Amino acid sequence: MYRYSDFDAAFVAERNRQFRQQVERRIDGSLTEDEFKPLRLMNGLYLQLHAYMLRVAVPYGTLSAPQMRQLAYLAEKWDKGYGHFTTRQNIQYNWPELRDIPDMLDALGEVQMHAIQTSGNTIRNVTADHFAGAAADEIADPRPVAELIRQWSTDHPEFQSMPRKFKIAVTGSAHDRAVIRAHDIGLRIVERGGARGFEVLVGGGLGRTPMIGKVITDFLPGADLLPYLEAIVSVWNLIGRRDNKYKARIKITVHEHGIDEIRRLVDARFAELRPAFSGVDQQMLADIEAQFAPPALRDASVAPYQTAYDSDPVFRSWADTNLTAHRDPQHVIVEISLKAHGATPGDASAEQMRVMADLAERFGHNELRVSHEQNIVLPHVHKSDLPQIHAILRQHGLATANIGLISDIIACPGMDYCALATARSIPIAQEIATRFDDLKLEHEIGDLKIKISGCINACGHHHVGHIGILGLDRAGVENYQITLGGDHTETAALGARTGPGFPAEEIVGAVETIVNTYLDIRLGRDETFIETFRRTGMDPFKAALYPAKEERQADAA
Amino acid sequence: MPRTFTPKVVTANALIEGDVIYLAADDSWTRELRNADVLTDEAVAQIRLIEASSRVSEAVGVYLADVTPTSDGPQPKHFREDFRRKGPSNHFHGKQASGL
Repeated sequence: MYRYSDFDAAFVAERNRQFRQQVERRIDGSLTEDEFKPLRLMNGLYLQLHAYMLRVAVPYGTLSAPQMRQLAYLAEKWDKGYGHFTTRQNIQYNWPELRDIPDMLDALGEVQMHAIQTSGNTIRNVTADHFAGAAADEIADPRPVAELIRQWSTDHPEFQSMPRKFKIAVTGSAHDRAVIRAHDIGLRIVERGGARGFEVLVGGGLGRTPMIGKVITDFLPGADLLPYLEAIVSVWNLIGRRDNKYKARIKITVHEHGIDEIRRLVDARFAELRPAFSGVDQQMLADIEAQFAPPALRDASVAPYQTAYDSDPVFRSWADTNLTAHRDPQHVIVEISLKAHGATPGDASAEQMRVMADLAERFGHNELRVSHEQNIVLPHVHKSDLPQIHAILRQHGLATANIGLISDIIACPGMDYCALATARSIPIAQEIATRFDDLKLEHEIGDLKIKISGCINACGHHHVGHIGILGLDRAGVENYQITLGGDHTETAALGARTGPGFPAEEIVGAVETIVNTYLDIRLGRDETFIETFRRTGMDPFKAALYPAKEERQADAA
Repeated sequence: MPRTFTPKVVTANALIEGDVIYLAADDSWTRELRNADVLTDEAVAQIRLIEASSRVSEAVGVYLADVTPTSDGPQPKHFREDFRRKGPSNHFHGKQASGL
C-alpha cells in the first residue's frame, strides 16, 4: 500500500492547520457562511438535514487495518458509533459538530487519510476496481495509476474552480467492477503488442442526464496518461458550460460537441502539454508501483476449507455467495456484506469496523477494500482460513450470504440524511431486503442488482441497476419510479422506465411483481434477471406492473 | 380575492451543532417545532426571515417552512420538514432520540 512521503504528510498537516483556522474564524463570526462554504466543501464537510456530514476519502477504496481502526475511533469519539460507506468508496460520518471537525481531520492525518476534494467542483476521489491486485482476470493492478492521478489532481492549480465536479475511475480488468462507463473519465488498463496502455472513456455519468461514456482513444500509451488526462480536463474546463450547473458536467460537453470534436481538441491540447511532462511522473509511478508489491501469499493445504464446505450448510451458502476467485487458486477474495437484511446498506458500527480490521490483520495481509456496492472486501485470504473468518463474522452480524443477490442493494442516504434528496431510499432498501428474506427466495432469484436513489442526482446508481428505483416528491408525497435493464459493467446500459411511479407503500410490492414475473418467464435457473430482460424486453414486466391500464387500453380498442 | 397565505415558521441549521432550529417569538432559537413562532402574515414573515438570516454566527441556511397551526403547535406540511423535526427513520438518532 502507498505510504505518505514527507511531502504528503506535510501537505495534509498544513491543509488541516489552515482549515482549523477557517473553522475558528467561522465560529467567531469573521467568515460568513457564503465565504466559509467553499472552504468547508474543499475539506469534505457538508451540512445535511440533521447535522454536518464529513466525507472522508478512501483513495481507490483501499484501507489498511490501522486505518479502519481509526475510522472506528472517529465513529465512536465524534459520531454516533457508526459510519456509512458510499458508492464512491468513501466513508461518511453523519453527526459531527463543526468545532470537532479539525480534530477529526488531524486524527485522520495520523493514519495518512484526509477529506480533501471529496466535495466541491474539483477532481474527486479516484475510484478503482475493489478487487484490484487480487482479481483472476486482471492485467495489472490499477491502484498505482489511481494513486498517481490522486497526487496529480490534489490541489492541481488549474483544476480548483471547474464548471462542476469531476470523477475518474480505473480498472485493470476486462470485467468492469468500477463502473468506469458512468464516470467523467473511465480508464481501463489494456495491452497491445506487449505494451501497456489505457482505453480511455469520457463523458459518462448518471444524475439527471445519464450518459454512457464514449471511447476517446482505445489505446493510450501508459507514459502519456497524465498529459492526456490534463488535456481532457483542460479542454472541458474551458468549454464546459458554466451558465447552467445542470449542463456543466463533461457528459453534456461531449454530447453537445460530439466525441470527434472533443477528441480533436484534446489531441491539440495534448500536443501542447506533452513536452512539459519530462518523465518525472513515470519515475514517481515506478516508486508508487513498488509500494503496491503483491503480498507474499502462503502455500498451504486448503483441506480445512473443503471440510467446512462439505459439512456446514451455512458456511457453504456464504462461500457460494460471498467469495470470488483470486489469481492464486489457494486464495480467494472475500466480500463482507454490509447488507444484513433490514440493516442500512453501507453502515458499519465501530465494533464491526474493528472486527474487520482484526480479520485483515490476522488473515488478510493487512488489507481491506471498500466496494462501490457498499460492502467491505478482504482481497487476499487463504482458503484454509475461511471457516475461522466466517465464524468471527457471524458473531458480529457480518456473515450475511447475499453478495450480488436481491438484498445486496445500493442505496444512497436519501431524505433520511441528505439535504438534496426528494424521497427516502434507506427504508425502501430495508423493506425489500426483509421481504425477500421472509420469502426465502433470494438464492432462487440469483444475480440481481437493485440500486436506489433518493433524488435525480443518482448517487444510488439507479440508472445502471438491473432494477433501478428513483425516489421523487410528487405533490408532497414520496413516489418511486422504476427502471429496468440497467447494467453497470463492461456491457453498461441505462435502464428504461417502466411507466408511472409508485407510492412508498406500493413500491416493494411492485418489485415483488417484477421478480415474480422474471421467475415465471425465465428459461431456467441459469438465465439471470438481466438476461431474461434482454430477451423479453419490457413488455411482460409492464403488463404485470400495470394490468388495469393494459385492460383499459384493450377495452378502448 | 387575495391568495391565502400559508402559515410559516423560520427554520435553519445551528452553526455549531448543525441540527435543526426554529425561530421562537422572543427571537431565541428553539430546537422544538412546537415552540416556534407561527407567522400568519406574509409581510411579517419576510421581515422575520431577513432578520434571522442576518444572524450568521448562529444559523445557517435560514428559510421559511410551511406549517399547519394546530392546538398541539405547528405541524409540518411537507414530509421533508417532518423528517427535519424528528430525525432519520433508519436509526433512532437526532431530535427523536433527545425527546424533542
